[in-house]
Amino acid sequence: MDLISGLLRRPAAASVLSLIGVLAFYVLFAGADIGKLAGAASWVNYAARIGIVALPVGLLMISGEIDISIGAMIPAGAMTTAIISGYYEMPIVFGMIGAIAIGLIVGTINGILAVRTNVPTLIITLATLVGMQGVVLAGSKLLTGTASVPLTAPEWAKTLFGDLMFGGSHQVLILWWAGLAVVFWFFLHQSRFGNWIYAMGGDKESARNAGIPVDRMTILLFILTATAASFVGMCNAIQFNSAQVSGGMNDIFNIIVSVVVGGVLLTGGFGSVTGVFVGALTFAIVNKGIDFTAIDRNWSNLIIGIMLLAAVAMNESFRNLAMRAAPSKRRKAKPEGPDGSIVVSSDSITSKK
Amino acid sequence: MSENTPVLEMRHVDKSFGPIDVLHGISLKVRKGEVLCLLGDNGAGKSTLIKTLSGVHQPTRGEMLMDGTPVNFARPKDAQEMGIATVHQFGGTYPLMSIGRNFFAGHEPTKGFGPFKVFDRQRANRIAVDEVQKMGITRITDGDRLVGGLSGGERQSLAIARAVYFGARVLILDEPTAALGVKQAAHVLRIVNEAKRRGLAVIFITHQVMHAMAVGDHFAVLIRGAIAADFRKGEKSREEIADLMAGGESMADLEANIDGQLEAQDA
Repeated sequence: MDLISGLLRRPAAASVLSLIGVLAFYVLFAGADIGKLAGAASWVNYAARIGIVALPVGLLMISGEIDISIGAMIPAGAMTTAIISGYYEMPIVFGMIGAIAIGLIVGTINGILAVRTNVPTLIITLATLVGMQGVVLAGSKLLTGTASVPLTAPEWAKTLFGDLMFGGSHQVLILWWAGLAVVFWFFLHQSRFGNWIYAMGGDKESARNAGIPVDRMTILLFILTATAASFVGMCNAIQFNSAQVSGGMNDIFNIIVSVVVGGVLLTGGFGSVTGVFVGALTFAIVNKGIDFTAIDRNWSNLIIGIMLLAAVAMNESFRNLAMRAAPSKRRKAKPEGPDGSIVVSSDSITSKK
Repeated sequence: MSENTPVLEMRHVDKSFGPIDVLHGISLKVRKGEVLCLLGDNGAGKSTLIKTLSGVHQPTRGEMLMDGTPVNFARPKDAQEMGIATVHQFGGTYPLMSIGRNFFAGHEPTKGFGPFKVFDRQRANRIAVDEVQKMGITRITDGDRLVGGLSGGERQSLAIARAVYFGARVLILDEPTAALGVKQAAHVLRIVNEAKRRGLAVIFITHQVMHAMAVGDHFAVLIRGAIAADFRKGEKSREEIADLMAGGESMADLEANIDGQLEAQDA
């Protein structure tokens, strides 16, 4: 029992339960063949696509900000690669540098606007989202005269960024996702910088007073989200031999939903990389795994809606649980003093906000 | 530096924001192991005074001295480096972070080397729990607990223990008991006494006369940006202090006034 309640208090608990719930629902009630589902690549590929961007977005949301310009950055990364290396026929390396550079530039703009102005980052990144859509469309029309650019990437680039592994149907992007998850896990949960991110999400002013370089960290996180998005776009362009101006818009909500299902608090200060990882996995299983069930795939959005609500409700109650008691046994051995319990918790926090 | 030199002193400090004068001719000093209580009603200029002491604002005129030498804080960081720590009501604690992580936010202990330096959770937890216990909060035994689960008084105590651990010499407490119940407030007052016993200079800002009288050695009453009264422990009664804070108007008169108005309404 102790083990279970200890696990429930972790930020990833709700996402793991959502994953189990969705799988159980698909297998028990919708006739999904678990063997086929496990062997299929469609959902893993999709999880990797949104998961790579969800990792930095999760960190950014833990720090109390949000970035929706990622929706424009995926096609922006793809188009930059295709225009430079496809239309202008320069070596693929230039296209790749271009894609990463555009991520760095837009991320820096978002970050500087976020720390220099009082405009909420939802609005800032909404502006850069719409702005980048315009830049990508107009730029593509101006330079190439079309909104869809073909590209032929050399073999090594395909192997590294946009190929199917071992002749199967799993994309190499999955390895990038797993690798980046480990890096982000270390960054958030092991290094001291992770502590800064949590503190920033908890109380920005106190974090600044404690000597944490809040502005620099914020800019860094915005650069990470934008660059992760343009990286995914670049990989897609390399894999599919072309890039289109549209596409990637749905990703905004899909990525943010998977981050929230993953246990990250919208107002910041709480969440985990494991949760974000499982959140992306769960989202992908709902969205793509439905093809393996008897359910019409048009229902998948309804399931996502229900899952989102259920996961957030679970997150709320688990977080309260986590706040009320310690996952350690030492306190159990030592009974509470007669002067009272530790129940002041939640109201003292709400009163602060 | 003699034992009697004030750790922190303000001499004739004025502060104005453009044409608006907020503080006029403030002179105060606080010594080692002494609690200076700053009393004042809302809008008396308490926050501006705290912000000037902690380096957020710079005095328009007048000077500030530490250990007898003039100092000039350009930024809050300068004041912090000189050992001035400001603790706000719930300031500096993050409800969704563990006690250990809270305690070391911004000063995390690490182990390992190079890019693989990891946050030393066990050490952080151990030190945090030790320090809080030393301040007399024995109910905190587990550094992994989230701070949001602590009571308001315990959170204050954590913040104060942290300031003490990181070498604060002057502790500025901004209304630490304002949002607390009676028992919790008593907790915090005990911590203030403990800080004083350890030789810190404490500036305690409050509008609760009872709390001030429980710990204060020296009192200053702030009215409309000026020090209206400056006295030592035992020189004035509770009623006199309350009257002073109400702006010279006697509380008894004020009460009579209210009663009169109520009666007039009833009639």
